[in-house]
Amino acid sequence: MVTEQQVWDVLAEIPDPEIPVISLVDLGVIGSVDVSRDQVCVEFTPTFLGCPALEVMRDAMAARIEELGADARIDVISDDSWSTDRITPEGREKLRAGGFAPPAPREVGGPKLVQLQSNAFRCPYCGSRDTTLENLFGPTPCRSVRYCRSCRQPFEQFKTI
Amino acid sequence: MNAQQLLELADDELILGWRNSEWTGIAPLLEEDVAFSSIAQNEIGHARAWYELAARELGTTADELAFDRRPEEYRCSRLVQLRLVPDWAATIARHHLYETADAERIATLKQSDDPEIAGLAAKIDREEVYHRMHAQMWFERLQDEPRFKEAVEELRPLLEVRDQHAPELADLWAEMTEVRRSVAGATW
Repeated sequence: MVTEQQVWDVLAEIPDPEIPVISLVDLGVIGSVDVSRDQVCVEFTPTFLGCPALEVMRDAMAARIEELGADARIDVISDDSWSTDRITPEGREKLRAGGFAPPAPREVGGPKLVQLQSNAFRCPYCGSRDTTLENLFGPTPCRSVRYCRSCRQPFEQFKTI
Repeated sequence: MNAQQLLELADDELILGWRNSEWTGIAPLLEEDVAFSSIAQNEIGHARAWYELAARELGTTADELAFDRRPEEYRCSRLVQLRLVPDWAATIARHHLYETADAERIATLKQSDDPEIAGLAAKIDREEVYHRMHAQMWFERLQDEPRFKEAVEELRPLLEVRDQHAPELADLWAEMTEVRRSVAGATW
């Protein structure tokens, strides 16, 4: 019999396919784990709907659970229950250490352009707030590109959604 | 919301996603290559989510709805059908018109009595915030340019047209469905 803790433990070992410094548990995309008899049901709350990593995450979760000897059912929950506020404190620290600025906390009404153009964002390399918005969009749907005027380094900023 | 309305929505996002992706590699700025490619990716993700809801009602699959209908069966707005490369002013005009109208549509859907539709609309809205900010930045830059203003007025009436197809939709359809049609029964 598989325990819920065993399932959480294996899920915590699955890296995000596009930002492998953090795990799916750190990313906060596991809504719940339900273990009954030999079936494990996982509620999976996707990040961005067009993200090609979603299928990879879903298949990796199923594969790791099946290695524990249980049938896996991954329910994809397509509502707004995931936001970047679900990224764990450990996940935020791993992002920063990996060179990705963690997302700003989500405010009521969501992010505003004036806020993104302000100096509220810290460079993950040198810690300076003297950073500018270079592009709202980046190499994956979840990232923007900013530039640090202090250490003269572009960096990727996790979008707040 | 019935299946036909879901198809209008999904077709709009799918076709606009394809049109936006036509800027990949050739936008006037590298940043815009990245921006339009990323917006395209989001829109196609949204299309898939809406097609999945429509497919359940119609007893089919999202892929069949997206790729196995005839071009004349698509219910998307004529605005999104147009091939606008290499006209940047017209592209930004369409982006501005579409995102403005889409914001209203999403706000309405978020109030839907159907929790699945309301939930999905709320999720999509979080991503669309970035599309709207991008459209707003470009609107502010181009709003006094005559070519941009003309393009906005020329394109605005096409937003509500869904029963006449632009001739270039057939070309896009051929390109979009080519791989799927090339191997009978292929799924991915």
